[in-house]
Amino acid sequence: MTTYLIKGARPLGGEPADILVKDGRIAAIGDSLSATGAEVVEAAGLIALPGLVDLHTHLREPGREDAETVETGSRAAALGGFTAVHAMANTDPVADTAGVVEQVWRLGQEAGLVDVVPVGAVTVGLKGERLAELGAMADSAARVRVFSDDGHCVSDPALMRRALEYVKAFDGVVAQHAEEPRLTVGAQMHEGDRSARLGLTGWPAAAEEAIIARDVLLAEHVGARLHVCHVSTAGSVEILRWAKSRGVQVTAEVTPHHLLLTDACAESYDPVFKVNPPLRTDADVEALRAGLADGTIDAVGTDHAPHAVEDKESEWAQARPGMLGLEQALSVVIETMVEPGRLDWAGVADRMSVRPAAIGRVDGHGRPLAPGEPANLVLVDPSARATVDPAALASRSRNSPYAGRELPGRVVATFLKGTPTVLDGKAVK
Amino acid sequence: MADGPRTRVQYRRHRSDHSFNDPSSEAGKEASLARSSEPARSSTPGSAPGTLLSAADVARVVDRMAHQLIERAATGGPASADGGLADLVLVGIPTRGAPLARRLAARIQAFTGTGVDVGTADITLYRDDLRLRGVRALEPTVLPDAGIDGRLVVLVDDVLFSGRSVRAALDALRDLGRPRSVQLAVLVDRGHRELPIRADFVGKNVPTSRSQQVKVHLAEVDGVDEVLVTEATGTEAAQ
Amino acid sequence: MKRHLLEAADLDRDDATLVLDTAAQIDQALAGREVKKLPTLRGRTVVNLFYEDSTRTRISFELAAKRLSADVINFSAKGSSVSKGESLKDTALTLEAMGADAVVVRHWASGAPHRLANWVRGSVVNAGDGTHEHPTQALLDAYTIRQRLGRLDGVRVTIVGDVLHSRVARSNVGLLHTLGAEVTLVAPPTLLPVGVGSWPAEVGYDLDAVLPKSDVVMMLRVQAERMNASYFPSAREYSRRYGLDARRMAALPDDAIVMHPGPMNRGMEIAAEVADSVRSTIVEQVANGVSTRMAVLYLLLGGSPQ
Repeated sequence: MTTYLIKGARPLGGEPADILVKDGRIAAIGDSLSATGAEVVEAAGLIALPGLVDLHTHLREPGREDAETVETGSRAAALGGFTAVHAMANTDPVADTAGVVEQVWRLGQEAGLVDVVPVGAVTVGLKGERLAELGAMADSAARVRVFSDDGHCVSDPALMRRALEYVKAFDGVVAQHAEEPRLTVGAQMHEGDRSARLGLTGWPAAAEEAIIARDVLLAEHVGARLHVCHVSTAGSVEILRWAKSRGVQVTAEVTPHHLLLTDACAESYDPVFKVNPPLRTDADVEALRAGLADGTIDAVGTDHAPHAVEDKESEWAQARPGMLGLEQALSVVIETMVEPGRLDWAGVADRMSVRPAAIGRVDGHGRPLAPGEPANLVLVDPSARATVDPAALASRSRNSPYAGRELPGRVVATFLKGTPTVLDGKAVK
Repeated sequence: MADGPRTRVQYRRHRSDHSFNDPSSEAGKEASLARSSEPARSSTPGSAPGTLLSAADVARVVDRMAHQLIERAATGGPASADGGLADLVLVGIPTRGAPLARRLAARIQAFTGTGVDVGTADITLYRDDLRLRGVRALEPTVLPDAGIDGRLVVLVDDVLFSGRSVRAALDALRDLGRPRSVQLAVLVDRGHRELPIRADFVGKNVPTSRSQQVKVHLAEVDGVDEVLVTEATGTEAAQ
Repeated sequence: MKRHLLEAADLDRDDATLVLDTAAQIDQALAGREVKKLPTLRGRTVVNLFYEDSTRTRISFELAAKRLSADVINFSAKGSSVSKGESLKDTALTLEAMGADAVVVRHWASGAPHRLANWVRGSVVNAGDGTHEHPTQALLDAYTIRQRLGRLDGVRVTIVGDVLHSRVARSNVGLLHTLGAEVTLVAPPTLLPVGVGSWPAEVGYDLDAVLPKSDVVMMLRVQAERMNASYFPSAREYSRRYGLDARRMAALPDDAIVMHPGPMNRGMEIAAEVADSVRSTIVEQVANGVSTRMAVLYLLLGGSPQ
C-alpha cells in the first residue's frame, strides 16, 4: 500500500500540519514530517476534514441504472468529499430483505470508492402495511442499522411505534420521511403565496410538522431512537428543539438544497427544482441554517436523487421529485454556513461526518483526525470558486439545481481507508 | 407604432413607440422594400428641403380638389338632381387621410350645399409588410350607413409613395362592398411607385429623392396645416 | 408586447388596453360584413395544441386564426398524467419542425405553456393550463365588462366560487387589477388557496354582503366532484350559500352584469333564470372571445420583427 504524506493541510481549519497516511491509517500528524518512499500531497492552504458521511443517498441500483449506479453514485460521492454514504431503500426491488441489502453492499465494496451502507426498508415494499425483516437485514453482511421507507412516510402511527421499538434490539434507528400523506395528495410545491399564484397544488408545512410531532412523542414513549430525514420547515426545527430539550432521542438532517434554495425557484416551472419535501420559504431557510448551527439539526444529508432526463424534462406535475446533491453538498454548506460565520470547520466536520456516522453507527467513519484512526479524510480548497456545470458531474444524471450557479470550495483529495479516491480534484478510478 | 421613419430602422414594438400623432410620412407609412441601393439613388435631385405647402396653400389645394371631385361626380355616374354627389363616398385612409376626407366633404358642402358621405377604412390588417414593420394599433373603420355598393368611392390619403397603402385599401374595400368605381385622391404625390397605381386627384406633385421625407401635418392631428420636405438623417437614408 | 402570452402578468396596462382596443376595432371593422375574414396572417401557421378537451376554447381560437387567414392545425394530444404519450418536449420539437408561428396550448398541467415556450421559437399562447391561468379568458371578460359598462377603472368585480382550482379566477384577478378594477373573491374558505391574501383582491365568505357593492358578478364553475373531497358538504348547501339565484340577483345595483366563463352548471352556481336574464353576458362572452383572440394573435404574430 502506498504511503502518503500530506504537507501543510490545516486539520479542521487549525494550524497547518503534515499528515502521514500509512497502511490505511493516520500514522502521524505533526510539523515537518518526512517518510521515505511516501508520495507527497502538497496541501498548503487546504482544509483537512474527516471523510464526509451521507445519511441519505439514492443510488438507484438495482432498478434504475439509467439514472445512477452504485459505482457512478460512489464516484460522485468521492468527488464530493464523502467516504461513506447510506443507500436508500427505494430501489427496484425494494431493499426490504437481507438479499437486496447485501447486493447493494457488495456493489459498493466492488466499486471501492466509498463505503456504501445500505438502508433497509421499514415496511415490506415501502407499502406501510407490515414490517420488513428488519432483524435479518441487521444481521446480514450489510449490517443495516438505519431503516427508512424514504419517499414514503410510515404514516400508520401504530406501525411506526412498533418499528421504533423493534429496532432497539440491534441499536437501529428509524429514519422517517415526515409527510402526512392525506395532507399532500397531489402536492407539487410548498403551499403558500407562490403555490397559490402558480396554480400548483400545495404541500403544507403542517404535513411534515404533524408527523415529526407525533413521532418524537412516540420515540419518547417507547424510549427509542428516531431520525428525521430532510427537515424542511421552521416549525419542524421548533418541534425538534423542544423534543431535544425534553431528552427525546431524536436526530435530524437537512439537505443542502433546503439550506440554499426557496420556493421562488418554482416560478420557472422547471422541474429540476421539484423535490420532496419541497423547497420552502426564506424564513424556513433561515430557521434551518440556525438549527444546523446550534445543533438542533444534527447533520447534512444530501438526499441525492438522480433522475433520468425524461423524468425531469417535462411538465412540472409529470416530473419526478428530487435533485442531485453529493458533488455540491460541501460547497453549499460552505456558502450557507461557513462563509457567513455560522459554522467553523470543526462544525462542518461534526455535522457532515461525526454526527451522521454516529447516527448510522458506521464504524471507522466520523473519527477524529488523530494518529491510529482510519485514514478517511478529505482535503478542501476553501478559496476556490466554480460554476456548476451539470455535464461535468460524475453522476449519471444531470438534474442539479445548482446548474450555472457559482459556489465556493473544491474537494481536492479524498482518502478512503488510506487510499485516495480523488486526487487533484479528479476521481482516481 | 410610430409612423416616423425610426420604425423602419429599428422595427421596435415597444409602447414608447406607439405615437400615432407623429408626422405622417410615406417613409413610415409604406415600408419600402428597396434596401441598400438607396444611397446611390438618394443623390438624384429632389425638392429643396423646407416648407412645401403653408397652411394657406393646403387650404387652397383642398378647395381645388373639392372642385375637381364635384366635377367628377357630375360627369361620372347617372345624371341626377344633386350632381351625382349622393353617389359619392369619400373614404379616408387613417391616420391623415381621414380628416382630409372630412375636409373635402365639408368644402364640397360649402360649394354646393350638398352633403357627401364620408368614411374611414383602416388598412392595417390588409398590409403585406406586417412582418417587416411590426404591429400597430388599429384605427376605426367606419362606413356610411348607405354602404359603398354601387357607388363612386374615392379613397383619400395624404401622401402617395410606393402605392402599397392604396393596394391594401383596395383589398379592404373589396371586403367591405362592391363600389361602382374606385378612385384615388391624395394631397401629395411624391413619386417612386412600386405598384401600377396612380392617383385620380392630386393636390400637388412633388419630385423627391428617395432619401427625402415628405411630412404632411394636419391641424386635426398635428395642430398645424403644412407640408414639409426633409432630408433623412444617416441611418434613415441607409435604409 | 412580450413574445408569449402565458399569464395575465405578461400584460402591463398599456398592453392589455392595446389588446382590448384592437379587439374593438376588429369587431367594428367586421360588423355587418358578409365576408368576416381578413388577410392579415396569410401564410402564418397557428397550431392548436390541446392536451385537454375544450371544444369551446379550441373552436374560438380556431375561428380567430382563420378569420385572420392563418393556416390552422389542430393537434390533439390527449396524454394525461396517467396515460403517458409523447413527451411535451418531443411534441414541441415536432411543431418546431413544422414551422409553427404560434402554438395555442391547453394543458392539464400548470406551467406547461411556460415549459413549451423554452422549446419553440414561435409565440406560445396559454389557452388554459391546469389550475394556473387562462389569460385570453380574462381578456375577453375584461372586454365584455368594458363593452357593457363603458369602463374598467374602478369597476367592482366579484368573483364567486372555486377560486382554488380556477385558472379563470387567477387570470382575472391579475388582469382586472392591472386594468384598475377592484376585485373581490367570495368562496367557502376551503375553495380559496392558502396564500390568497397576497393577491390584489379582497376576500370574503359572504356573498349577500358583497352583492349590493358589485358592478360585475362572475360565477365560476363548481364541479360536483369537489363535494366528495369535502370542500363543501353538499351541492344543495353550496348552492344555497354561494349560488346566484333571482333573489340574490335582485340585490345587485341596477346596471350590474352577471358573467360566467362556461360551461355552466345551471342550478348549482347559477340559476337558469339568472343565466338567461338581460344582465347575463354569457353569450356575448363567447362572441367576444373570438375578437379578443384575433387581437392577441394579431399583436403577437402580426409583426414579430425578424
